[in-house]
Amino acid sequence: MAVTNVLLCGVGGQGVLLASEVLALVAVEEKAEVKQTEVHGVAQRGGSVVSHLRFGEGVYSPTVRTGEADILVAFERLEAVRYGHYVKPGGLILINDVEIMPGQIGEYKPYPTGIMEFLRSKGFTVQTIPATAEAKALGNLRVGSLILLGVLSVYLDLSLRAWESVIRRRIPERLLDVNLKAFQVGVELGRSQAQAAVSGV
Amino acid sequence: MTLTSPGQRMLMAGNNAIARGAYEAGVYFASGYPGTPSTEILEVISHYPEIRSQWAANEKVAFDEAMGVAMSGKRALCSMKYVGLNVAADSFMVFPFAGTVGGFVVISADDPGMYSSQNEQDNRYFARMAQVPMIEPSDPQEAKDYLKLAFELSELFSTPVLYRTSMRVSHSKGVVTLGERLEVKNDRSFVKDVPNWVVPIFAKSLRAKLDAKMARMSEFVESYPFNWIEEGQSKTAIITSGASYTYAKEIFPDATCLKLALTNPLPKQKIVDFCARHEQVYVIEELEPFLEEQIRAWGITNVIGKERLPRTGEYSPDVLAKAFLSEEPIKDFTNEFDLISRPPQLCPGCPHRGAYLALKKAGVLVTGDIGCYTLGALPPLGAMHTSFCMGASIGNAFGFELGGMDKVVAVIGDSTFIHGGIPPLIDVVYNGGNTTTVILDNRTTGMTGHQEHPATGMTLQGREAPRLDLVALIKAIGVEHVQVADPFKQKDMYQAVQDALQHEGPSVILTNRPCIFARGEKNRPKTPYVIQEDKCTQCGACQRVGCPAVLPGKQPRIDEVSCTGCSLCAQACKFDAIALKGVM
Repeated sequence: MAVTNVLLCGVGGQGVLLASEVLALVAVEEKAEVKQTEVHGVAQRGGSVVSHLRFGEGVYSPTVRTGEADILVAFERLEAVRYGHYVKPGGLILINDVEIMPGQIGEYKPYPTGIMEFLRSKGFTVQTIPATAEAKALGNLRVGSLILLGVLSVYLDLSLRAWESVIRRRIPERLLDVNLKAFQVGVELGRSQAQAAVSGV
Repeated sequence: MTLTSPGQRMLMAGNNAIARGAYEAGVYFASGYPGTPSTEILEVISHYPEIRSQWAANEKVAFDEAMGVAMSGKRALCSMKYVGLNVAADSFMVFPFAGTVGGFVVISADDPGMYSSQNEQDNRYFARMAQVPMIEPSDPQEAKDYLKLAFELSELFSTPVLYRTSMRVSHSKGVVTLGERLEVKNDRSFVKDVPNWVVPIFAKSLRAKLDAKMARMSEFVESYPFNWIEEGQSKTAIITSGASYTYAKEIFPDATCLKLALTNPLPKQKIVDFCARHEQVYVIEELEPFLEEQIRAWGITNVIGKERLPRTGEYSPDVLAKAFLSEEPIKDFTNEFDLISRPPQLCPGCPHRGAYLALKKAGVLVTGDIGCYTLGALPPLGAMHTSFCMGASIGNAFGFELGGMDKVVAVIGDSTFIHGGIPPLIDVVYNGGNTTTVILDNRTTGMTGHQEHPATGMTLQGREAPRLDLVALIKAIGVEHVQVADPFKQKDMYQAVQDALQHEGPSVILTNRPCIFARGEKNRPKTPYVIQEDKCTQCGACQRVGCPAVLPGKQPRIDEVSCTGCSLCAQACKFDAIALKGVM
């Protein structure tokens, strides 16, 4: 395919925008055309955030059409369902295994269950990524987004060299080591999951 | 020193590219007022020391300053969201009568789809009404390059130019190749010439001159190289501009496309010939039928536009595919899955919450204004009852009072008060009103991302400036009953509201707590509150405070990470079940 379409979504404050900037910068290193845009209402902490990324040749619109995203990366479980209709039939959804309860006005609704099953029933390939748990293990909750990018990198035609050079450029020096480590954790997680998917384990 | 070197390929948002365009165009001066989606333009320009840039009190002031710089012979721009041009319209309509000396560009950012705005308005009509050329970029590379075109046109025809961007162009990132800064030769200067510059006295002759200028521009635009035709293989023919062009290219990659960069005045003959050459022409433009109506007015009938395309909302490839190919976009899963929404709310620790709780308790009618505090209208606070546009709250409250309503309070932010609230407050005093005004002074321009303003005592560049003393200003206006109240002390805040309401004559309350994101606040150590479940009766009073840090559910809990320790939930608890962490 000439153009790769990726969506990143989550909750304001989770690092979706930083992650999409890193991905866009990596794409700029290796691809002719790159466009990235955020689609949301009033941007704020705790709100729903989605970022569209398109790269390859012949990229005009910055927004992805519904049913045409190759990959959706959800930084939060419920957000995967909110933007699932953007994913192409049989496309890949990577979901960070974390729940953030929406702030509610009026009648209280519990956090919905059965998200993975619902998305699988739609024919999508769904992978759960324990990014928040792995980030905790690395001692810095904020590096979850780099773990997710590491997993994502396994599925994209962008070199590890480009990823590393952008991370080195974009992340402040004092946080660089833990972020590089997080990215590597993600790459390994992604590789083993992709392997398992291929061998049907 | 430049931030980046020429020739470099960079990922840039449209607004950053516009700022780079200002640098490359040799712009000398830039002014503006924050407003989504335009705010970043001036913020990024402020990093170029070659350009003198500043926040103005409002868009009209920004316009008038930039206009003065341009009359003095230098390149100047002003930048604002589309409603800002409503504020600056007085100058914008008159300046073209005189024309300019140095290049002068007005950047106006539309918001199709109203992502962060009070109305949907197509500012392309402003260019026609004012009789000025209009330039529309479609992506970040054009956003940079076309700003330079706008300055060239401005100087070529001695006219202000409207540079119209939109949310998607301003807020999308793309690859931009950088250029060098143009060293503008400073051979233009202002010459005293009363018949040209004193417009009201000489308006009749200047009007004739402006019409003649428009006629010359109409001729010029016929061969303008940036209104180009992309020849395609299919039978489909398209006329488009701006962000719509990028969507049209996705849906009709093989179409023949007349892509317009200069959309006022239109190249009439070029369009007439283009339409004659094709059986049918799609006119693809977001919002109003600005191009289509003009084309139809020339007697051209083989165009299709708004009978298929919507006049409201943002366009996308999906919108075009539905209109022209009958392809329905894929529906989201709302009907099959309980997608609990994440509604916008005032932040945890927002001082506005305390002001609203007191106003709600007082049972007053609250006229509102434009800012984060507009969220006070939503449940569970529901403490603001009208909101329209910048500065309307005070005049509206006085009007309600004149109309026979009592207990009316105007609520307005600090930046908005400086922008448009001072004249109506003068009017309340002058005309013997009783109006109470609450100025929610959080020491920043919150909604647009925390910009400085005259009462923060800092400039756009973060340098110290004389700090506007709001209390002294309000007293000087003639308001005798002025109180400063702490919105985090509910008893005091409520008492201040009662005192103000009982006072005969105009009264003002200023709240004194900064935004949690204001300078110095973000990193201030904060102790969170916790709920002692053994004392909690699950009455829900803390949840009705409407703070996102008080989590929903039968048994309320407090999110210790987002709680700032403002104490409003603890004050709402009748059972002393909420206490500072570690102080139980």
